[in-house]
Amino acid sequence: MDAALDRRAAVNALLRDRGELLVVSGLGSSSYDVFAAGDHPANFYLWGAMGGAAMIGLGLALAQPSRPVAVITGDGEQLMGLGSLATIAAKKPKNLAIIVLDNAHFGETGMQQSHSGLGANLELIATGAGFPSVSTIADQAALDAFRPKLHDLAGPHFARVGISTEHVDRALPARDGVYLKTRFRRHLGYPVS
Amino acid sequence: MTVSDPPSPAPDWPLAIYQALKAADVRQLCYVPDAGHSRLIRLAHDDPAIATTVLTTEEEGVALSAGAWLGGQRAVLLMQSSGVGNCVNMLSLLSSCRFPFLSFVTMRGEWAEFNPWQVAMGKATQAAFEIMGVTVFRLERPEDAGEMAAAAARLAYDSDQPIAVLIAQRMIGAKKWTESR
Repeated sequence: MDAALDRRAAVNALLRDRGELLVVSGLGSSSYDVFAAGDHPANFYLWGAMGGAAMIGLGLALAQPSRPVAVITGDGEQLMGLGSLATIAAKKPKNLAIIVLDNAHFGETGMQQSHSGLGANLELIATGAGFPSVSTIADQAALDAFRPKLHDLAGPHFARVGISTEHVDRALPARDGVYLKTRFRRHLGYPVS
Repeated sequence: MTVSDPPSPAPDWPLAIYQALKAADVRQLCYVPDAGHSRLIRLAHDDPAIATTVLTTEEEGVALSAGAWLGGQRAVLLMQSSGVGNCVNMLSLLSSCRFPFLSFVTMRGEWAEFNPWQVAMGKATQAAFEIMGVTVFRLERPEDAGEMAAAAARLAYDSDQPIAVLIAQRMIGAKKWTESR
């Protein structure tokens, strides 16, 4: 059985000294975790578009090849976009990392078991899709060992972080998508039209 | 022109679309393949200034287009009409964030269609876009392709609008189901 990390502590550790990192967070608790680790104009929080986080990350990574891009999402969100793992692996953007916070449940909707809780192995799926770098993160040491990969431009990386189902308070980022988009683009130096 | 001149060839509409996309500085092109798009896909693959991405399902391209724009690039999505229904929920991303979006859709199920399974989604394609707020253009004549692609790109990227150009099945030519020798 995987050790279960605290999701907030895990995301905090991943985003420490984030430097040039651009972050896309998946619908639900992942967006709260990324916000709780510190709001940043280079964060794009999804409040919808379930299943789309990894692909937004791909489009961003292709557009900004010199900047590292991390998608931080949940098991349920990624399960809805499993095909995108094959799409990303086929394209192999060196600056993209997909981080799946896996508590094996649909935490936002009543804690039903998800497919990863019912036997689906996300690392094997990512490996089978063709990811050259696949990590399992089950404790603090693995988290610390993985963190430099977020910045090494030697991806694409896939990591599954085993997290606890323990309740954490919601931390709600801005929901206005136009604001989040414009803030992000301004951070990259694109003027408002 | 004399009567002995050969008839002028049909306009190369995929090339006209490609040239309009180049003029609009489109840097990413993603697709779920369709025979009608094969020339445009090949043109993009042959162009080192355009990053091409093959998708497993069409809604991936909606999300990819949004990500490209976040990163300062213009993207375009190619698909056939049967894929438009797959995109409906993901299209909400566009209106939620006012992302530009440009898609070229080859139509099936509307003109001399052989496969009845294509008809239902072909009939619903335009409405599926419109219920999600996407503006729909219909390209019926190959000679209009360049101008329409340029106008659609301008409306998408300069006015932050989601635009789909439906390419009529009559114009592409219905899929051939018997091999001619």
